[in-house]
Amino acid sequence: MKQTVKRIPMPVRYLINTVLIALLVFGSTAYVNGGGVSGYITKVLMVIGINIILAVSLNVATGYLGQLPLGHAGFMAVGAYTGGIFLKAVNASELGGAGYAAAIAAALVLSGLVAAFFGIIIGVPALRLRGDYLAIITLGFGEIIRVVLTNIDDLLGFKLTYGASGLKRIPKITSYFNVLVCVVLTCLVIHLIMKSRHGRAILAIRENEIAAESCGVRTTYYKVMAFTLSAFFAGVAGCLYAGYLGSLQPTTFGFMKSIEILVMVVLGGMGSMLGSILSAITLTALPEALRAFEDYRMVAYSLVLVLVMIFKPTGLMGQYDFSLSRILEKLLNLGKKSKKEG
Amino acid sequence: MADKKEKLVAVEGGVIPERDAGTPPVLEARHLGIDFGGLTAVDDFNFIIGKTEIGGLIGPNGAGKTTIFNLLTNVYQPTRGKILVNGVDTRGKKTYEVNRMGIARTFQNIRLFKALPVLDNVLVGMQGASGYHMGAAVLRLPVYWKQEKDAREKALELLSIFGMEHLADTPAGSLPYGAQRRLEIVRALATDPKVLLLDEPAAGMNPSETAELMENIRKIRDEFEIAVVLIEHDMNLVMGICEGIAVLNYGQIIAKGTPEEIRNNPLVIEAYLGRKEGAAGC
Repeated sequence: MKQTVKRIPMPVRYLINTVLIALLVFGSTAYVNGGGVSGYITKVLMVIGINIILAVSLNVATGYLGQLPLGHAGFMAVGAYTGGIFLKAVNASELGGAGYAAAIAAALVLSGLVAAFFGIIIGVPALRLRGDYLAIITLGFGEIIRVVLTNIDDLLGFKLTYGASGLKRIPKITSYFNVLVCVVLTCLVIHLIMKSRHGRAILAIRENEIAAESCGVRTTYYKVMAFTLSAFFAGVAGCLYAGYLGSLQPTTFGFMKSIEILVMVVLGGMGSMLGSILSAITLTALPEALRAFEDYRMVAYSLVLVLVMIFKPTGLMGQYDFSLSRILEKLLNLGKKSKKEG
Repeated sequence: MADKKEKLVAVEGGVIPERDAGTPPVLEARHLGIDFGGLTAVDDFNFIIGKTEIGGLIGPNGAGKTTIFNLLTNVYQPTRGKILVNGVDTRGKKTYEVNRMGIARTFQNIRLFKALPVLDNVLVGMQGASGYHMGAAVLRLPVYWKQEKDAREKALELLSIFGMEHLADTPAGSLPYGAQRRLEIVRALATDPKVLLLDEPAAGMNPSETAELMENIRKIRDEFEIAVVLIEHDMNLVMGICEGIAVLNYGQIIAKGTPEEIRNNPLVIEAYLGRKEGAAGC
């Protein structure tokens, strides 16, 4: 009865994945930088990358933790302004070599941390409660951030945010390579956390909070942790966005932006990283492809959401996640089975 | 040991099986009470469980049995009285802290992590046991691999109590009903408890499954040397394995004692079946 299932040992799995990721990152960067695609396509690819980070990070709070935050754009705004102000302050574009790279890395981390800090501030009171309070509180938070950024043009006496006229002349640090590295790191860190005891605790809270707590899971701690993680990467995405556009308008980070990200997560399937990535790509590329009909984009969004909810309520991917090793193992075992039969 | 009925001996606060008399009781409730608004759900509940006792909590529907489990696990904060786990007061503690003090429970309406595999359900129960930090998880340090491997092995071992190790990769929600109930017990055991609270473990099981469950509860008690408290309506199970039984009605204990004493107690019979006089309708 005992089935001998061939398994790929862990070090080999990691080796395969590392090699493939490195190939993807360096190969595609070389292709893009070598002029393989037009400047316009490169820009679209960068936006896709930023949206992937946003969708994957929101998926942590929505798909894995099972909450409904409606203020993801707020965290993005916090990260964008932090990154923008920092990059302007250190004059990143005039730095060379290592200094330039360090400035970018510092800006990304700082943006993430400030957004994460806001995540903790919002999460601690909101996540102690059960139910839909988080949705309302984050909705309010997103709007507050937008309104504050619109109306305040100096911070503690320093002229930093420039109010409604927007933050301008931010060094354009975002490149295809930067974005891709951030996307890979985001997915990797989130994946590694979800496949650990911390990730299991987060999933247990989604599945049944009362049972999780009586199994010794510190529910409030893990809820705040997952929410903060989600905010951190939204901040990183914001920083990339600031460095991509070179100027920031508070109106960009309105409620609709939060919904746009949420739509990506819901469409892809809550709890599936692959789903978030795929739908972020689709929903970013599609409006670009349909530039002529951009007025109808929001209509299309709503329509897509309604249709998905009717025909596949769990999202396109459900909770399925892609694992190359699993597929390889299946192929290995398949080969074995047919050998036995043959 | 299994079939021999232990004598109950009196210690301070109540009675416990003779073999546990030398060690302090593992769980104690003193004058416990809770009000929901104007309704007194539980009042003056006194209860003591020996180190390896199998205790039963029975009573008609709505008597307050599950409320007591919720009090013991600090899901509700008691209005009056206190709960001692190994002599430590649990007042003001969070549910997960009480769990780490050694109280694990199952639920009357099964609460599994349905979308997660069976193995992960058990692994969640081991939260407290493996203590690597998130940094160690992200960097996949050796401590991560070691603790994950140990936890996985222990989880499979626990699953093998109920012969469920081959189901490790099945989503918990797709298990048959009886297996789900058993998985809840395994998950509770994974938290390394000192007291296991079982809320109607035999509900929905057929007689042969119930008999098997009885054996397993005994086996768990003997193997892990823990106390078990169970709420159950199946009298065969209760009378078969419980050493001390408390009967609850309208939130108050109306009788305590060995199965024989409870069986013949007129107050218990009255609570379940009603009074003799004027019972024409029965």
